[in-house]
Amino acid sequence: MYDIIIIGAGITGSFIAHDLSKKKCSVLVIDRDADVGNGATMANSAIVHAGYDPKPGTLKAKLNVRGNRMYPDICRELGVTYKNCSAFVVATDSEESEVLDRLAGQAADRNIEYKDLDGNAARDLEPNLSGAVIRALEFPTTGIIYPWNVAIALMEEAVINGTELRLNEEVTDIDCVSQSNSDAFYRVKTTAGSYEGRYVINAAGVYADKVYSMALKKESDFKITPRRGEYYVLDEMAKPVVSRVIYPVPGPNGKGVLVVPTIHNNVLLGPNSLPIEDKEANCNTSEALSYVKSAVSKTVENIPFDKVIRVFAGLRPSGDAGDFVIKESDELKGFVNVACIESPGLASAPAISEYVINEVMKEAFSFADKEEYIRRKPIVYMNELGDEAKNEMIKQNPAYGDIVCRCCQVSRGEIEDAINRPVGATTVKGVKKRVGPGLGRCQGGFCEPLVVDILAKELGKDKAEIRYDSPKSVILMEETKKGAL
Amino acid sequence: MNSRKIVIIGGGSAGIAAAIAAYNNGCDDILLLEKDAELGGILLQCIHNGFGLHRFGEELAGPAYAEKWKDMLKDLPVEVKTDTTVIHLDSDRNVTYVNPAEGYVTVKAGAVIMALGCRERSRGAIATPGYRPSGVWTAGTAQKYLNMQGYLVGKRVFILGSGDIGLIMARRMVLEGAKVLGVAEIMPYSNGLPRNMKQCLDDFDIPLYLSHTVTDIRGKDRLNGITISRVDESLNPIKGTEIDFDVDTLLLSVGLIPDTALLSEAGALLHPKTKGAKVDEHMMTSVPGIFACGNGLHVHDLVDFVSMEGEEAGAAAAKYVKGEFIPKKGYELMPGDGVSYVLPCVVSPDIMEDELEIKLRVKDNRRNVRLVLREGDKTIKEVRKLKTAPSEMEKVVVKKAELAAISGPMTLAVEDMG
Amino acid sequence: MTDTNKKVFTCIVCPRGCEVTANLDKEGNILSIEGNSCPRGETYVKNELLNPMRQLTSTVIIEGGIYDRLPVILSDVIPKGKMMDVMEALNGVKVKAPVKRGDVIVKNICGLNVDVVASRSM
Repeated sequence: MYDIIIIGAGITGSFIAHDLSKKKCSVLVIDRDADVGNGATMANSAIVHAGYDPKPGTLKAKLNVRGNRMYPDICRELGVTYKNCSAFVVATDSEESEVLDRLAGQAADRNIEYKDLDGNAARDLEPNLSGAVIRALEFPTTGIIYPWNVAIALMEEAVINGTELRLNEEVTDIDCVSQSNSDAFYRVKTTAGSYEGRYVINAAGVYADKVYSMALKKESDFKITPRRGEYYVLDEMAKPVVSRVIYPVPGPNGKGVLVVPTIHNNVLLGPNSLPIEDKEANCNTSEALSYVKSAVSKTVENIPFDKVIRVFAGLRPSGDAGDFVIKESDELKGFVNVACIESPGLASAPAISEYVINEVMKEAFSFADKEEYIRRKPIVYMNELGDEAKNEMIKQNPAYGDIVCRCCQVSRGEIEDAINRPVGATTVKGVKKRVGPGLGRCQGGFCEPLVVDILAKELGKDKAEIRYDSPKSVILMEETKKGAL
Repeated sequence: MNSRKIVIIGGGSAGIAAAIAAYNNGCDDILLLEKDAELGGILLQCIHNGFGLHRFGEELAGPAYAEKWKDMLKDLPVEVKTDTTVIHLDSDRNVTYVNPAEGYVTVKAGAVIMALGCRERSRGAIATPGYRPSGVWTAGTAQKYLNMQGYLVGKRVFILGSGDIGLIMARRMVLEGAKVLGVAEIMPYSNGLPRNMKQCLDDFDIPLYLSHTVTDIRGKDRLNGITISRVDESLNPIKGTEIDFDVDTLLLSVGLIPDTALLSEAGALLHPKTKGAKVDEHMMTSVPGIFACGNGLHVHDLVDFVSMEGEEAGAAAAKYVKGEFIPKKGYELMPGDGVSYVLPCVVSPDIMEDELEIKLRVKDNRRNVRLVLREGDKTIKEVRKLKTAPSEMEKVVVKKAELAAISGPMTLAVEDMG
Repeated sequence: MTDTNKKVFTCIVCPRGCEVTANLDKEGNILSIEGNSCPRGETYVKNELLNPMRQLTSTVIIEGGIYDRLPVILSDVIPKGKMMDVMEALNGVKVKAPVKRGDVIVKNICGLNVDVVASRSM
């Protein structure tokens, strides 16, 4: 019997698992995917928004503002990169400028730092801003992260401190077992086993309504209709087209189509926002991609579309109520929904965890703090070290001098570390998420065979057993020349 | 800091030839850097034959061609470092490389020869709609898995793009037991060599869909199907022309792009068409002392020409470090009608060698044409051609004497025979 | 109508890819061959009409080499229809490093009077 079972190892589930791992309680995390942070966490704009945008009085507003303030310290403690890149929200006409007035008012109410700039002052700072921009609000506390790296680091630290993690297991049923109300517990059945827990935290992303229905034995009282967002990724450049996040003014469908720098000087263009019923349909469409292309041109000029290296699509878990649903079920005591975590879910995630543990479940989760808490050892990224430190690493382990991914300059040492760490990579995508080979302009064309080879060696498997991501995502089908058929 | 007279980056066919030529032209201090465990570059996975006809007068398999060059290099006093990746290059020719034995090392080079080869355009670069499952690779990646590691990536295969690597892989996959259901090419003509169309597709009854492209990719985990559609004259898919294929593998042969990350870092000007560096008559880039050649400069059809270009760059770099020519701003050479690009981009007749080989690609398939080099209205040189094709690089050789009177920019055009 | 017909071939002997036309009588006998740039083109077209020949390259398993497969090539062309037979005969063939370029890996494969040889040293 676990104290708490968390369903979903995305950014919210990982934050909650991490924060609970500091307390004296037993926690199991279950995810249907092959890796931590593989759903909405993997495919979004990767921005820690400042928090001026959500409607007053919503959980989104409260938790986004708080989350934005929590991130820099948390990332430093975890040893993952947080880049405080700042942002512009830009207006191109007087109507849009009125929206900026509203945002400025909300920012002032929430004590969020901002600057009001006219078009030319904004263009002095971001020369590729469209000539049509007449005014911009700058929000200097806006940050960018690699969301999956934060989720993996959180889960890694949780696992080091005793959390159990089961990947590739899909929850198939949940029963509330209550001999008497006071010692009720839940039996969570998965494709691989059955687990019991006194509390369940449902952080199942786009499937949170389905998971809640399993326990409720009837239709969930919230419904999640995913919103699909599609993106382009531009190649890393010495001088990316923008250095701040560029937002248009927000509209009824959310924050609009953005131009977003990434930590490694790539640029994301997107997303559109299309409600779809199919919770699996994270595919790209030519319609949405052309929409994104035309929409970004309204705020930013000189976008080098010949530097596109990838397109992707993500599904945001949008609820029907318009706000996050974070509460203990009225009907099932001890069952906590952390659902409908669409934008600004990433920015709010640390505050969501804090809210769940310290407010929603304050009494139930009043476990004592552990006397000893072990911090993770951050991944050493060679690109971030000075020359002497690099050579010191290579002296200790020559694999750090063997470059595998030449686009992103990732060494074999870093890849072996990614595989052998707690919550280590078991797949090509897992390696890519942790240390980056294949994220660059060749998209794995040169390095994938080498990464497969390293995975096979480190995991003691045949190369044909190595997967891209899920157990069904076969890479190599058959070895040649092995004798009669 | 270490200093070397010539540092060559890339030990494939261009880099090896450049090293040999640099030595033969009097340079005795050459460092050749190769990222892989042995010299040879991409040829090592090109196990098909057809290499070396121009250079050696015989048809060799890729690895055999590479080995012949390695044998020629073996006894020369050229220092070779394998498993060595170059990380930085600046405009003062400081080259920073890394390998497991030495760590990060910076050397100052008298001249640098860029021979880094090219990479394949990926699915991301062509922004194909659909899902992103395992099962979509560039042809070269599948070739590496098959020919060097001994693994077949799939059993039912479709190929997008009629580039030579795609055609070669179609045959290889069939011979190894896969079924290739077709090849789609977005242009109305094939991009591969005619012999590869014949011996890789026709021989195995593999259909070629011209003016078609892939418009959907299906499968959440592993690819399980694709859709192709006919495209209109502006290359946009036409609704209602979709054809579905149940395949587990999609290979891409949709173009090669010179690897120029280091050149950009050093500040070299790039050519908008070739995506490689702009070079002058000595294969020198806009950064003095940095030379470029091979597929890292512009993509070739035949490795023999890659080697020859490496030799040109090697010889020029050797002369440069000896001070035998002082680079100067020459006259521009531009593509005229019907030509998509021409190299070099700049020519200085007074410092050029006795002969200059101008390389060009035409824009479309034509018959009975002439390639005409002009300065203004004045014709400098004319070469007749029975047929020209975008898939085949053309050359025009001009003599120093023919360019002696040049005083302004030149163009090279394709014209019909009157 | 005439009693002759034309067959057009893309010559594959070298990367030049000449378009070669064979003029045939109604029995299929060759009357003339044109469009080839060298004598090998004529031979190719004659063979293509009577008995098409192809080069074949593949790999065999190698142990102790830098890679897991050794590239191989045939010492001469073989009838097109025999390619799959050779592929099958190569299945299961194993060699041990070191191997030198040109070493015979399988002698007289499938009785075709053609050897399978190593494309490289390893």
